[in-house]
Amino acid sequence: MSCWDTVQAYAFRSLGYGERLLPRDDFTLCQQFTLIGSGMIWNIYFGIIALVFGFAFATLLALGKSSRRALIRKPVEWFILLFRGSPLFIQFFLAYLIFLRLKQAGLVPEAMTSAWAGALVVLFLNTAAYSAEIFYGALRSIPRGDIEAADAYGLSGWSRFRRVIWPTMLRLGWPGYTNEAIFLFHATTLVFFTGFPALQQRGDALYYASYFADKTFNPFIPYPILAGYFIVLTLCVIGVFGLVNARLNRHLPQDKRQKIRFKPQIIR
Amino acid sequence: MLDTGKWLACYLTTGKHMSFYASFGTVLLLLAITAPTALAFGFGGATAARSGFAPLRWLGKIYIAGVRGIPDIAFFLFFVIALDQGFEWMRHQWMCPDWDQPIRQGNDFVVCAQAKLPLGTAPQWIHEVYGFATAILTFAIVFGAFSANVLFGAMRAVPRAQIETAEAYGMSARQSFWRIIVPQMWVYALPGLSNLWMVLIKATPLLFLLGVEDIVYWARELGGTKQARFTDYPHGDWRLWYFLGLLVFYLAFTKFSEVILERIMKRLTFGQATSGGHAEAPA
Repeated sequence: MSCWDTVQAYAFRSLGYGERLLPRDDFTLCQQFTLIGSGMIWNIYFGIIALVFGFAFATLLALGKSSRRALIRKPVEWFILLFRGSPLFIQFFLAYLIFLRLKQAGLVPEAMTSAWAGALVVLFLNTAAYSAEIFYGALRSIPRGDIEAADAYGLSGWSRFRRVIWPTMLRLGWPGYTNEAIFLFHATTLVFFTGFPALQQRGDALYYASYFADKTFNPFIPYPILAGYFIVLTLCVIGVFGLVNARLNRHLPQDKRQKIRFKPQIIR
Repeated sequence: MLDTGKWLACYLTTGKHMSFYASFGTVLLLLAITAPTALAFGFGGATAARSGFAPLRWLGKIYIAGVRGIPDIAFFLFFVIALDQGFEWMRHQWMCPDWDQPIRQGNDFVVCAQAKLPLGTAPQWIHEVYGFATAILTFAIVFGAFSANVLFGAMRAVPRAQIETAEAYGMSARQSFWRIIVPQMWVYALPGLSNLWMVLIKATPLLFLLGVEDIVYWARELGGTKQARFTDYPHGDWRLWYFLGLLVFYLAFTKFSEVILERIMKRLTFGQATSGGHAEAPA
C-alpha cells in the first residue's frame, strides 16, 4: 500500500470513515503519521468548542465572582474551587459516571455518555473555571482611573461595561488566557484515557500514539510524531491569540503593550 | 442479615479496602519523593540553561522548552516505556557484550535474560517497587522541567545590582552564583513553585495510567458491580461514590496546601520589596 493509499484509508479514521480495521502489523511511518494526525481532529474539535463556549461562560463567572451580592458570589466561588481544586482526570471519571446514572434515569440524552458530548461538557466547565479566575484577576487590576474616566463621560451600566471594563479586562487577562488555551488543547489528550470509551477505536491523537507504542513496543516513533503535531498546534494557537492581542492593544504605545509570554500552566 | 451500619463497617474494612486506604499513602509517598527530586532536576536544568558553555546551555533550554510545548500526558506515557527500555538496554550492553542478535526484532524488544528489569525470577513486590520507581522518575523528569522554568525565571529576577555588587567585591561567577543568587532566588521562585505543587497534586491520578495501583485503580476496582457469587459483599455500580470520595480528598488536599503555602509566602516575603511583601495598608 502506498503512502497515499494509507492517507486515503485512515485520514478520517478517527471520525469513523475509511478503513475499519486499524493496522495490526508491519506498521509504517506513514500509517503512524496519518492515524495520529487523524486523531488530532478530536483534539482540535474539543479544544475549539470548549474554548468558544468557555470564554463566554468565564466572562459571566468572573463578573459573578466580583459581585457584591453573596448570593451570586458564593456559588461562583464554589464552582471555581470545585473545578480548579480537583484533577481533570477525576472530573472526567466522575462526569462519566454521573452521566451514566442520569442516562439510566432518562434525564439526559444518550449522547452524554459518549466522548464527543460528555467530555466536551467537562472540558467546557473546566476551562470556564480556569479562565474565570484569570479574568477575575484582570477585572481587579483594571486601573481605577479608567473606570473614573468612564464615569466622567457619563457611561454607566451596560455601555460602561461593553466599552471600558470588558475590553480592558480582556487586554489585561489575554496573556494568561493564551496560556490557558494552549493548556486546554493539551488537556484534551486526557479524554480517551478516562471513563469515556473510544467507540470502534475512534480516538484522539494520544489514543492512536499509545496504540502504536503498545503494538510496536517502541515509544520513540509515535510520541515524537504526536509531539510534532502538538508543537504545530501550539504555534497556531499562539499565532491566532497574538493577533487578537495586537488588536486589544492597538491603542497603546509600543512599549506599554503586553507581550504574550508562552508559559502554560500544565496539567490540571 | 446484618443491619446497614454493621454491614458497612464490615464492608469498609475488607482486605481490599485496606489496600485502597494504603494507596492514599502511595500518593503521598509519590509526592514526598517527587517534589524534592523534581526540584533537584529543575535546579540542574536551570543552572544548565544559564551555563556559559553553549552545548550545556542548549541542553538546558531544550529540556525546559521541550516539556512545555507538548502535552504532559504524552510525556508520562512516553517516559515510562522509554526509561524501562533505556535501563534494560544499558544493562544489556554491560552484561551481555557477546549477544549478536538485534535488540529490536519486529515488534519485540529483546534483551538477554540477565538484563531484564526486574529479573524474571524476582518476587512480585520487586516488580511493584520497580514500577513505582519508574513512575517517580517520570514525574521527576516532567516536573523537573517545569520547576527548571520557574527557577530559571527566579534566578533572572534577582536584581542585577546585587550581582554587580558581588562582582565589585571581587567574587567569581561561581561565588556570586552560590552566595548571592541562590539564597535570594527563592522568594521570586515561591509563587511559581507553589503553583507547581498544586499542579503536582492534581497530576497524581495519572499514576493510574503508568500502571501503579493507586487510588484511581482501587476506586475502579472496588466500585465496580460485585455479584454475590464472587464476594460476600455484593453491590451495584458504586464507582460514582468512590470517585466522589477521591474528589473530596483532592479538594481538601489542594485547599489545605493553599492555606499552608499562603502562610509560608507571608513569612518569607515579610518586609521584602516584592509584590507579595507589600503588606496591604491596614484599613
